[in-house]
Amino acid sequence: MITQTKSFYQVSRRKLLGYAGMTSGILILGSACKKDDDSDSNDGINLGNGDIGILNYAYALEQLEAAFYTQVIDSLYSGITEAETDFLTDIRDHEIIHREFFKALIGKAAIQNLEFNFSSIDFSKRESVLAAAKDLEDLGVSAYNGASQLIQNVNNLLLIGKIISVEARHAALIRNLISNGTFADSSVVDDAGLDIQRTPDAVLAIAGTYIKTKINGNNLPRP
Amino acid sequence: MNIQKIITDLETKDPEIYQRLDSRRGAMKSFASFGSKIALAAVPLALGSMFKKAYGQSTTDVVEVLNFALTLEYLEAAFYDQALLKGVALIPGGAATGAITTIKNHERAHVNTLKATITSLGGTAVAEPTFDFTANGAFADVFTNYQTFLAVAQTFEDTGVRAYKGQATVLINNNAVLTAALQIHSVEARHASHIRQMRKALNPSVVIKPWITLDQTGGIGSAVQASYNGESLTNQAGVKIVGIGGNSNITSVQASEAFDEPLTKAQVLAIVDPFIL
Repeated sequence: MITQTKSFYQVSRRKLLGYAGMTSGILILGSACKKDDDSDSNDGINLGNGDIGILNYAYALEQLEAAFYTQVIDSLYSGITEAETDFLTDIRDHEIIHREFFKALIGKAAIQNLEFNFSSIDFSKRESVLAAAKDLEDLGVSAYNGASQLIQNVNNLLLIGKIISVEARHAALIRNLISNGTFADSSVVDDAGLDIQRTPDAVLAIAGTYIKTKINGNNLPRP
Repeated sequence: MNIQKIITDLETKDPEIYQRLDSRRGAMKSFASFGSKIALAAVPLALGSMFKKAYGQSTTDVVEVLNFALTLEYLEAAFYDQALLKGVALIPGGAATGAITTIKNHERAHVNTLKATITSLGGTAVAEPTFDFTANGAFADVFTNYQTFLAVAQTFEDTGVRAYKGQATVLINNNAVLTAALQIHSVEARHASHIRQMRKALNPSVVIKPWITLDQTGGIGSAVQASYNGESLTNQAGVKIVGIGGNSNITSVQASEAFDEPLTKAQVLAIVDPFIL
């Protein structure tokens, strides 16, 4: 569906149009792009470009959320109620589904498993766990809202849409567990009634607190 | 096929083509992103998709979606307005009234945002319909019975989420409108989550979660079933979700909860029709 054309920036317009003008344009265009692949000297796991890049970006965020909630359930905070355990177990399962779904959808172009560092979270304390959960859920909603315009394929857009609202349902619940009534307060919804949206650059900078593996989003589409 | 000539011809006809496509480099980049795999025969299709991004979606289509959304926001805003006018006779004071007021303010803001967007696109905002929130008697006590009020509220919010989702793909070529629509969409989902938590507090023995399980109404019943039909999907883009990744605890319950499903405009209009006079 979408292929990687990593170093297209390095191909000059004239050279490109020269290739493109040939009758066998596309095939040569593809190989022209591949030739310069090694000119990309950026470190880290490359998310890729186009829709694949955005899907890998989503996959990275879902890996993060799934890893977080897995640890939450493996080491329940003290004083956790039965209802809270049920909610957090459901959310863990939803995030695992999202992670595994993106992995399957992306196929061979999927990034590897990422490593995380949750040392800033005290998993034995309710306050610490829920604060981190709130930040992750709100971040996820803003990430998907911001990335939607970068998607080219309508099917991929719809899939992202199906997940955004589930993340927003999580976010509202976690916020209420912290303080009832804050499900959509002014820290996330502005005067126009709009939820937060963030660019991939902004999201990756924030998520970087927890992601140990270096991620390279340089080839992602940009607004 | 001479792609260079196509681009040059377009440049002659439309000097702003590169603004539409970001830049000439952007145009070629976008073209190249269709990649080396596609066969030559598919080139016209690829070009078509690329230029559709710049030209394809007419403003009329976008305005039509926005007016559809505006109708739903009118419905929600008027619903919460009328409910709040009943005061504590309908909604308990404190947290419940606070939450409904927050939601009402968002729906009113959505109305204003959509109207302004429609105007800025040169369109005409539809007028606000007159509503019958009893749906011709189906919810006769909607403004006198807190249970009924919350049941209708949940249905409106969950339907709203599905309605915006169904229109997102129509907006794919208008980045600003698409983003704003999805920013409204996630606010509706936050509302839905909260209303569901309010209903759970009121009905502890009923299974009501912040998210939608299978195509269950959360104990409301057949009167609102149309708003939940199709939510029990357990296969996404050809990927089987039950047991995914070797996780045997993932059943159709979690599989359905992890994805919210879209409704078409026609499905949504059929659902809200009984509420519109």
